[in-house]
Amino acid sequence: MSRTDLVALLYIIAFSLFIYGLMGLTGPRTAVRGNRIAAVGMGIAVVATCLIPGMGNWGLIIVGVAIGTAVGVPAARQVKMTAMPQMVALFNGVGGGAVALIAWVEFRHTNGYSDEATYVAIFSLFAAIIGSVSFWGSNIAFAKLQELLPGRPISIGRAQQFANLALLLIAVACAVAIVAGSDTEILMIALLLAAAILGNFVVLPIGGADMPVVISLLNAFTGLSAAATGVALNNTALIVAGMIVGASGSILTNLMAQAMNRSIPAIVAGGFGGVVTTGGTTDDGVERTVRSTSAADAAVQMAYASHVVIVPGYGMAVAQAQHAVREMTKLLEDKGIEVTFAIHPVAGRMPGHMNVLLAEADVPYDQLKEMDQANSEFGRTDVSLVIGANDVTNPDARTKADSPIYGMPILNVDESQSVIILKRSMNSGFAGIDNPLFYNPKTAMLFGDAKASVSEITDELKAL
Amino acid sequence: MLLTNLAILVLAGFAGFLTISKVPNTLHTPLMSGTNAIHGIVVLGGIIVLGLGVDGFLNKLLLVIAIAFGTINVVGGFLVTDRMLEMFKSKPTPRVEEGEGAPAQIERDAA
Repeated sequence: MSRTDLVALLYIIAFSLFIYGLMGLTGPRTAVRGNRIAAVGMGIAVVATCLIPGMGNWGLIIVGVAIGTAVGVPAARQVKMTAMPQMVALFNGVGGGAVALIAWVEFRHTNGYSDEATYVAIFSLFAAIIGSVSFWGSNIAFAKLQELLPGRPISIGRAQQFANLALLLIAVACAVAIVAGSDTEILMIALLLAAAILGNFVVLPIGGADMPVVISLLNAFTGLSAAATGVALNNTALIVAGMIVGASGSILTNLMAQAMNRSIPAIVAGGFGGVVTTGGTTDDGVERTVRSTSAADAAVQMAYASHVVIVPGYGMAVAQAQHAVREMTKLLEDKGIEVTFAIHPVAGRMPGHMNVLLAEADVPYDQLKEMDQANSEFGRTDVSLVIGANDVTNPDARTKADSPIYGMPILNVDESQSVIILKRSMNSGFAGIDNPLFYNPKTAMLFGDAKASVSEITDELKAL
Repeated sequence: MLLTNLAILVLAGFAGFLTISKVPNTLHTPLMSGTNAIHGIVVLGGIIVLGLGVDGFLNKLLLVIAIAFGTINVVGGFLVTDRMLEMFKSKPTPRVEEGEGAPAQIERDAA
């Protein structure tokens, strides 16, 4: 068996492990093993690549891997669970950046693909555009989630979509010119730049509420660009792994968009969350009142309930309140109260975000109810405790046709006997829209940091 | 060569589609993170192009950065996913009645 055959064989083993590992990720009990199996597959793929005949430059390769490891390992180890979404965005971004850089070097190294087949140039340039968009887009997503940039849409108005289209056309035109035979490097740099600005422009106008969908979309993009790099470099491992990610990312993006009742083109077109109606008056000018409550009252209310549903949202993540919530839950259960968690598919900043946090705090898996299941329970719920969730409980989504979130499936918290909302202030949610639930006579607001509020309630429960 | 690769491309797309479409909602974040780690495979692209030889300082520099980026993607991605999933795994439920209930729930969700 030649070395080339050995490499091919190892690649087959590697991507079998990727697929087998991903199958493991479909169940909570096999997920850890699945992830590790995929990681082993990656290790095998790297070893196989090093066995390709004629390889050299080992020193530089080791330098690159060493730098990457030195940056990646501490970043992954130290990141807080609450900051996970932006970390994924960042990791996704560097992947896209790698794709774009490889394409650039390919261009330089082959003198503008002068001796290469046409398809090599096409796939490589496709990878360059998508990789560059993904790198810059992911960085903006990171900056928005990390609150380095405001979460609200940033846009240059109506000209935005025209500008985006123009940028895309510039990038494609550069690509066409290069494929047609031009080998001027300025074209390649213009292509990368246009794609970079496009990446910025596409994500900047998107409101924070849509960010999970955007990260997922960019994840799929990076996968596709990796697959395109694989075709250009004639490397099956890249093609298979990249394409699997492209396919899975597309599905995940679609699922998320469906959960929010938003179409992907509408999200990319941007501007969601730009409509701001705040203040204590409705559109017809009627003054509305908000009832605020104390931790002691909230504790009493829950202690005498028979069924409490907790609705967690991003506020719980920001306040790192999951352990405090778990402690409170235990106390309530010791009193014989049935406690469940209602998880909206897009609560937090990513699907499953809340599940990860609650799992970290050892909340049993079967206490977490998905939206449909939870909504069938609100009718017989005495107290719904909303912890830092807003838009996913907004009844406007059911009733107010001109609301930006109209049609989005929500948790019907307002069907329960009473509602307690833990919130920092009366500020509107990430989508930037008002929530009539706050003015519902059933609702009591407990203002303050979610963790502090939950701890106070816990203390009051202990004292009862 | 091109057609073979395109065949692989299309089949891999379907394989990914079929594998992934069965994941329960609750595992979506780890899944996104896990697939994110897998596309870090672009590091191989950097290694191949650098390993098979390029000339010039700039080319080498760009590739070293590309390899570093790809490595961050792979190593960071798998580690973060592992950390997330560890939390799902550590479930020695203290109460007996829940210990019996949980697996059934998990299987239902996974189905």
